[in-house]
Amino acid sequence: MMNSLLQKVYDSNKKATLPAIRIGDTVRVQVKIKEGEKERLQAYEGVLIARNNSGMSETITVRKISFGTGVERIFPVQAPVVDSIEVVRTGKVRQSKLYYLRGLKGKAARLKERDNYAS
Amino acid sequence: MSPGILGKKIGMTQIFRADGQVVPVTLVKAGPCVVVQRKTPATDGYDAVQLGLIESRKTITNKAIAGHLGSENVFQADKNSHLKTNVKFVKELRLNGGSSELKKGDRVLAESFKANDMVDVVGTSKGRGFASLVKRHNFGGGPATHGSMFNRAAGSIGASSFPSRVFPGMRMAGHMGDAQVTVRNLQIVQVDPETNVLMVKGAIPGPNGGYVVVKPAKKGGAR
Repeated sequence: MMNSLLQKVYDSNKKATLPAIRIGDTVRVQVKIKEGEKERLQAYEGVLIARNNSGMSETITVRKISFGTGVERIFPVQAPVVDSIEVVRTGKVRQSKLYYLRGLKGKAARLKERDNYAS
Repeated sequence: MSPGILGKKIGMTQIFRADGQVVPVTLVKAGPCVVVQRKTPATDGYDAVQLGLIESRKTITNKAIAGHLGSENVFQADKNSHLKTNVKFVKELRLNGGSSELKKGDRVLAESFKANDMVDVVGTSKGRGFASLVKRHNFGGGPATHGSMFNRAAGSIGASSFPSRVFPGMRMAGHMGDAQVTVRNLQIVQVDPETNVLMVKGAIPGPNGGYVVVKPAKKGGAR
């Protein structure tokens, strides 16, 4: 459990709108990219395979297959560079860290959709 | 103006600046403090103020502190036991040239610091017990494998018949940590007057829950 004063800092600094994301979900992360003076959003979509740390330093690891190669990106959830996160598809998994997906490809690496009971 | 404030380290977290940079911060519950005693050149030969950190819970303190606090109620002694008090951590801070109008019983709050102030933080480092050279003095140690028998050993501590002794100051194994450590020139990121919490940029000595003294920066500090 977090100290109440640390919790207060977290509550006043955390992002107001973040969806409830769970391990195994397919998420789309909108990342702010700075090109010269302009700023634009780039989407990165993949399977959420790990959540690390907690509070302000929480990070998520998102894995996708890009041109046949596995790519994993780690995003600090509370950082301003992460504009938004949305759940594209839920996934039913039993582990909290899906590192086993790294050894699987194609059909074997698919995850079943989670049954949503009045969530 | 107080020469410093007593506090308790709460823990570290991080916040993001508007430009996206992350700032590692340590929370310090600084105060409320009470002036336990005021020393003056006339009575004590020097000018100083003794502060006591008022905590939310009454705990049993030792007789020395309990006796020093006295029976006056400003220190919120318990009516059942005179050893039970909110003030457990007492420190004396020197004043330069009587620059302070603090009196006995006055409160010192975290508000006496502002954001962007530079401070020095004095604390007691975590005890490491009897530690040897690799941990205590950052020696490299030897190879771990390939038949090496020089893994974390000390090695030579000097020559033989001359000088026939070990030079003073030779770095050797011994007790590490649990010593007073000062970290200078830390920036205050935020002050929460409501909860008396200072948010200091960077790390400070000691474990979470350890007592620290926060003083205005002594040296430099222009950033």
